[in-house]
Amino acid sequence: MSTTGHTTADRPSGRRPSAVDAGLNWLDDRLGVAKGGRVFMDKIFPDHWSFLLGEIALYSFVVLLATGVFLTLYFVPSTAQTVYHGVYKPLDGVKMSEAYASTVNISFAVRSGLVIRQMHHWAADVFIGSIAVHMCRIFFTGAFRKPRELNWIVGVSLLFLAIVNGFLGYSLPDDLISGTGIRIAYSILLSIPLVGSYLATFVFGGVFPGNGVIIPRFFILHVLVLPAIIAGLIGAHLFMLVRQKHTQFPGHGRTEDNVVGSPMFPTFMAKTTGFLFMVAGVLWALGGLAQINPIWQFGPYVPYKISYAVQPDWYMGWLDGALRIMPSWEFAGFGHTIPFEVFLPGVLFPGLTSILFIFWPFLEQKLTGDRAEHNLLDRPRDRPRRTAVGAAFLAFYFMLFCASSTDVLANFFQVSLNVVLWTFRFVVIVVPIIVGLFTYRICLDMTGAPRVGKRKRAVLIVRSATGEYTTVEAAPRPGDGHQELEPAPVPGFIQGPEDGEEREPGVRRVARRT
Amino acid sequence: MSDVTTEEHAGQPGGTEPLPLASFDDPHLQPLARHPKRAEAVTGIFLLIGLLGFAAYGATYWVGGQPQVEGIALGVGLFAFGFGLSAWGKYLLPQGPFVEKRHALRSTDGERAAMAAAVVERGGMVVKRRSFLGGVLGLGGAVMGVVLAFPLLRSLGPVPAKTFEVTNWKKGSRLVDNLGRPVHAADLEVGGALTVFPEGYTSEQDMAVDQTILIRVAGPDTNVVTEASRATWGPDGYLAFSKVCTHAGCPVGLYQHQTQQLLCPCHQSLFDVGQGRPATNVFGPAPRPLPQLPLYVDEEGYLRSQAGYDQPIGPGFWERTTT
Ligand code: HEM
Ligand code: FES
Repeated sequence: MSTTGHTTADRPSGRRPSAVDAGLNWLDDRLGVAKGGRVFMDKIFPDHWSFLLGEIALYSFVVLLATGVFLTLYFVPSTAQTVYHGVYKPLDGVKMSEAYASTVNISFAVRSGLVIRQMHHWAADVFIGSIAVHMCRIFFTGAFRKPRELNWIVGVSLLFLAIVNGFLGYSLPDDLISGTGIRIAYSILLSIPLVGSYLATFVFGGVFPGNGVIIPRFFILHVLVLPAIIAGLIGAHLFMLVRQKHTQFPGHGRTEDNVVGSPMFPTFMAKTTGFLFMVAGVLWALGGLAQINPIWQFGPYVPYKISYAVQPDWYMGWLDGALRIMPSWEFAGFGHTIPFEVFLPGVLFPGLTSILFIFWPFLEQKLTGDRAEHNLLDRPRDRPRRTAVGAAFLAFYFMLFCASSTDVLANFFQVSLNVVLWTFRFVVIVVPIIVGLFTYRICLDMTGAPRVGKRKRAVLIVRSATGEYTTVEAAPRPGDGHQELEPAPVPGFIQGPEDGEEREPGVRRVARRT
Repeated sequence: MSDVTTEEHAGQPGGTEPLPLASFDDPHLQPLARHPKRAEAVTGIFLLIGLLGFAAYGATYWVGGQPQVEGIALGVGLFAFGFGLSAWGKYLLPQGPFVEKRHALRSTDGERAAMAAAVVERGGMVVKRRSFLGGVLGLGGAVMGVVLAFPLLRSLGPVPAKTFEVTNWKKGSRLVDNLGRPVHAADLEVGGALTVFPEGYTSEQDMAVDQTILIRVAGPDTNVVTEASRATWGPDGYLAFSKVCTHAGCPVGLYQHQTQQLLCPCHQSLFDVGQGRPATNVFGPAPRPLPQLPLYVDEEGYLRSQAGYDQPIGPGFWERTTT
């Protein structure tokens, strides 16, 4: 329906048409934006701090795109050898690849280059970290249940793609540490039974280190292919979110069939755009102040050199830890070799992990028999078994992560590597069990106790005239009362307080016209 | 009330007379929101700090740049600017709680049936009436998939063939260091270690495969026998092992003379070397000893290899035959 013929009297709230109306009408005549647009502006966002985690991930990705494009302007994805004669004197005259030389150049010769390069690296760490924590929130509150299983699967895929892209990214500078990482990745490919040697030579264009193709290949995957897939999946993720609407915690008039919160436009828009700037600000400050991956200290990659106490980026830690504590169970026989000591922690284990994560919603449905739709979130303590399983898994991966620094720990505690290694083989199995049981117990205790998670009320001790003491519970704080919420649709027009007028606490009046 | 919302969503402009004022409790109302003047001031201050931060960054850049100052200036600027904007949203804009109805995601039974019927019946028609065409279509698709895999995969690199089994070490290869200088039997002290390559192979590609660690475990007149079958492999106190770790291929970088062990820093595999110790993997995830290179000293006193490695070097792979 066209609105061009409307007179002032027809307008909601009796406004005079302005230039904005004209613009919107122009668009609406061609695309019909008014119908869907208004619905979108009225979309309700429930508020909870834990809903910010996904936003941190989203905005770190925005930062990654922006800083990444900047880096591509200076980075040279080539392993051709050059001799460095740049501004960084300690490396003067050293033979190195162009990839390494250009990364040193970004760090020292491009203005603001170091900050942006470090910001890119910090953003990658924060991106993957916030995805992981965001996923924990989804898991422990049961937000993955029907109808949101598909979105959970998209999320898990995003986590693994982000990890892969992070690995590809820090391989690009071709420094001594990242080169060693690539070498291990090659051996992991090689370990796959039947096809391993083919896969490894195909990917690397020959026997390691290949014919100088690996950096250019990683480059195009890192800057184009994977970011495109990730961006597409993020789009799908958000589309499903809008279509299925947010989950919310129970309470204050919230039910399975409503969403209670603040509207998309303008409230949520303002808050979330502000949040984008805040995330970018923190990442920029980290980029400027906190040194990360100082590749000029590691030196260029040379295949027969190695540096000590090598730790990969944090999100690879669980895999590195698994590689370290795996016993040396190579299978050899029938004219073939299966290097389980690499294949199991390097291929099977992450493979099984991703399958388990992807199928968790369906597994849980099977175990609990609960196939109903859920829009209200669980409190973790009310689902002791799920919470215990989740805590045990977190403990497991955290222990593996710690196992990636066996050498550092041995040095620090002045014990033999042997002791540390066996401790970790033991701890990786025992700690998750203990954590799981403990969590289960705590959950049960918390469900039993009334008023857990609510603010404590003050207890007043009153002395009567006769000297007798009695305790009296103070009145609840204004926000703590459990009055039912009166539902209110998003108003067409919201009237703020008049100038100088102060409202009574807790009450806001909304004038609504259509 | 939610009915009103629904109607509005449907794009129906209602009458022009104002609806009654709606009032509701907001348990999450921020104290600051009750004092809009103060909220405005706070928001303004933060936006201003943001502006100053941007300006400070611009100035730093202009005078030549300095990473820490840039970090603080723009970091604080962006953060304060964002904080101001968020505060604006939180304290000065309607928070609600507003309530929106959820609409069922599922379609009506009729719509479902119609969709399913379209898929099954139309699809069925295609297959049933034209089974020959369907077969050709399917076959064509499958063949296309297979042929497209050629450029996608096969073009990427050569088939491995025997490349994993061979290095450039041959009978009589002279040992040279990374700069191509031949290694003389007098070059290393007892306890010393050196990475060596076969003379004439200096590309990165070759060095990655051929790298060998030469260690001197004893003085000039000791013939080091790691294993009975390797009686002549360790002349003049010298031993040479492949430097590529049998675990995941890192260079086994460290020789500890006191314990007579080689250590791989990647995942801490340890290999025992010396008299009667053929680089046995004694600790860590490495599954096999490091292959040993048989050495001899030529007439001029330079170290040479008696032969190449007697087994594939480095990590395991499917085609590796048992030895
Ligand atoms: C999914 C998101 C991404 C992640 C997790 C990620 C991660 C990383 C990491 C950890 C590095 C190493 C930085 C260092 O040197 O310390 C890196 C380098 C690099 N990234 Fe990304 N990145 C992402 C997206 C992008 C995009 C979209 C682009 C370009 C359009 C890009 C371009 C680059 C370039 C050119 C380098 C090499 C330059 C250098 O190392 O300084 N990245 N990336
Ligand atoms: S590569 Fe040597 S221990 Fe893993």
